[in-house]
Amino acid sequence: MLIKKPSDIRPSEILDQKIYLTRREFIRNTVGATVAAALMPPLLAPHSVYAGTKLPGVRKGPFGTSEEPTPYGDVTSYNNFYEFGTEKEQPVIMAKNFRTKPWTVTVEGEVNKPAVYQLEDFIKPHTLEERIYRLRCVEAWSMVIPWVGIPLADIIKRFEPTSKAKYVEFTTLHDPAQMPGQRRAILKWTYVEGLRIDEAMHPLTMLAVGLYGETLPNQNGAPLRLVVPWKYGFKNIKSIVKIRFLEKPPVTAWMTAGPAEYGFYANVNPEVDHPRWSQARERRIGEFFKRKTLMFNGYAEQVAHLYAHMDLNKYF
Amino acid sequence: MHMTQTEWVQRVIKPTIFLMCLIPLALLAWDALNNHLGANPIEKVIRRTGDWTLRFLLITLAITPARRLFGWNWLMRLRRMLGLFAFFYACLHFIIYIGIDQSFDVNEIIKDVIKHKYVTVGFASFLLLIPLAATSTNAMMKRLGGRRWQQLHKSVYAIAIGGVIHYLWLVKADLREPLIYAAILTVLLGYRLWVKQRQALLPDTVRSSIHPSSIRPAK
Repeated sequence: MLIKKPSDIRPSEILDQKIYLTRREFIRNTVGATVAAALMPPLLAPHSVYAGTKLPGVRKGPFGTSEEPTPYGDVTSYNNFYEFGTEKEQPVIMAKNFRTKPWTVTVEGEVNKPAVYQLEDFIKPHTLEERIYRLRCVEAWSMVIPWVGIPLADIIKRFEPTSKAKYVEFTTLHDPAQMPGQRRAILKWTYVEGLRIDEAMHPLTMLAVGLYGETLPNQNGAPLRLVVPWKYGFKNIKSIVKIRFLEKPPVTAWMTAGPAEYGFYANVNPEVDHPRWSQARERRIGEFFKRKTLMFNGYAEQVAHLYAHMDLNKYF
Repeated sequence: MHMTQTEWVQRVIKPTIFLMCLIPLALLAWDALNNHLGANPIEKVIRRTGDWTLRFLLITLAITPARRLFGWNWLMRLRRMLGLFAFFYACLHFIIYIGIDQSFDVNEIIKDVIKHKYVTVGFASFLLLIPLAATSTNAMMKRLGGRRWQQLHKSVYAIAIGGVIHYLWLVKADLREPLIYAAILTVLLGYRLWVKQRQALLPDTVRSSIHPSSIRPAK
C-alpha cells in the first residue's frame, strides 16, 4: 500500500498561478488593457486560504486522473448549492455558519440493519481515500477535484441491503433556518437524489467527506456528500442526512422540477443534449476555450456496461 | 454663460450620459484586471453584457413614456444613443458567444441556434438589432422617410420581447431576475397599448389633428 506523506506545499499553491494566468490573460489583454493598464499594474489576487481541518490517514485511491486539479479557490467559490442561494458565488458566503456538528445519518428501508448514526461512527470503520475525479456540471462547465472519501459500496455492505433493495435514495438536510435557499420554492424541498443499486455499488461511486486533503467546506456539501463522477453534478447530492433503500426508483428533486430536462440517470453524455443547451462541450474551469465532453465523463471503460441495453436518449 | 435647453442637452447632459453608459464596461474591465470575475470569468462576462443589453433596451423603451408623462421632450435627444448602447453591449455579448464560447465553429453555432430555443430567440433578436443600428443616422432616417423609418424601428418591441424570453428560457429554476425584466417590459409596452387605445376612442377629426407624442394624461 502506498502511503502518501503529507506535504507541506499543497499542490494547489503551485498550480494556482499558472492556471490563473492562462485563464485571465485574454480578458486582461482585450477588455482590460485599454481602460485599466494605465491605472493599475495587473494584480493577482491570492486565493482564499484553506479553511478545513486536515484529514489524517488518507491513502491514495484508484481511478485517479493525471489532469491538473482545479485550484482550491475555484472549487470552493463556484458552487451550485441552491440551499444557500442560486448564484454560484452565494454558497461560500451563505453557508459560512452552517453547523455540521453534530450530524446524524439515518439509514432505512430495505436493509437488515437500519440505524441512525453519528457521522463519526458512520465514517470510523473505513480508511479514507483520495481520488482525483472529473466533475461535469449539467451547465457545461467542469472541474477536476481531489476528493477524500469512502467507496459507497463498502459502506452499503455494512447495512446488509435485502434482495428488494433495487435503488438508493439520498436526502439533503432540510433546515430553512440554516439554509436560506429553502425558504423559497425554487425546487420542491427537500433535495432528493437517487442511484440504481448497481450504480451505488460501483467502485467509482464514493461518499466524500473532504477535498484537497481537508474536511469538506460547507459550500461543497459538508459534512458528507455523494460523488458519482460519470453523472452530471446535480446527482452528487450534498449534506446528506438520510440514505434509504427502495424497491422502486425514487423521484429526484430535479426530476420534479423539470421532468423533460432532468432524468433519473443523468449520465454525462455528449450525444444527448439538455433540451435547452448542448452537452457536446464543456468549459474546464481555468481554461479559456471549451473542450469536448467525453462519454460518461471519460469513465466509459468503467461504467458503460451498466447501461449496455438501454436507450440513453430515452433514459437520460 | 447662457445656454438654451438644446445646447444644455447637447453639451452637458448627453456627454455625461454617454460616459455613464460606459461604466458597466469599465467595471467589467476593472473586475477582469483584479480577478473579480470568479472561477468562470467567460460566463460572467457573457452574463453581464447580456444583462446590460437588456437594461439598455428597457431604458431606451422607457424614453417615450417618460417624455410623455413628464413632458420632457429633450429626452428624445438621448434615445438614439441609448439604443446604440444596447446594440454595443449586444455586440460584445454576441462576439464572446461566437468567438470564445463557440470558438468560431460555424457548424456548432448553426446547430446551437437551430436546436436550442433560447439561443434561437437570442440570435434572432440580435440580428434584428442590426438594421436598427444601421439606420440610426440622420442620413438614413431621411433616406427612408419618417414613416418607413418608424415602421422599421417598431421591431424594437419584438427585439425586447425576444431578449427577455432569451433570458427566461436560459434560467434553470430561479426565475426571479428574468421575471423582473419581463414585468418592466410589460409596463412599457402596456403603456403604449393604452395610449393607442385611447387614441382609437377619440373622434376621427380630433385624432387626425393631434400627434401621438402630444398626448398626456389628464391631471
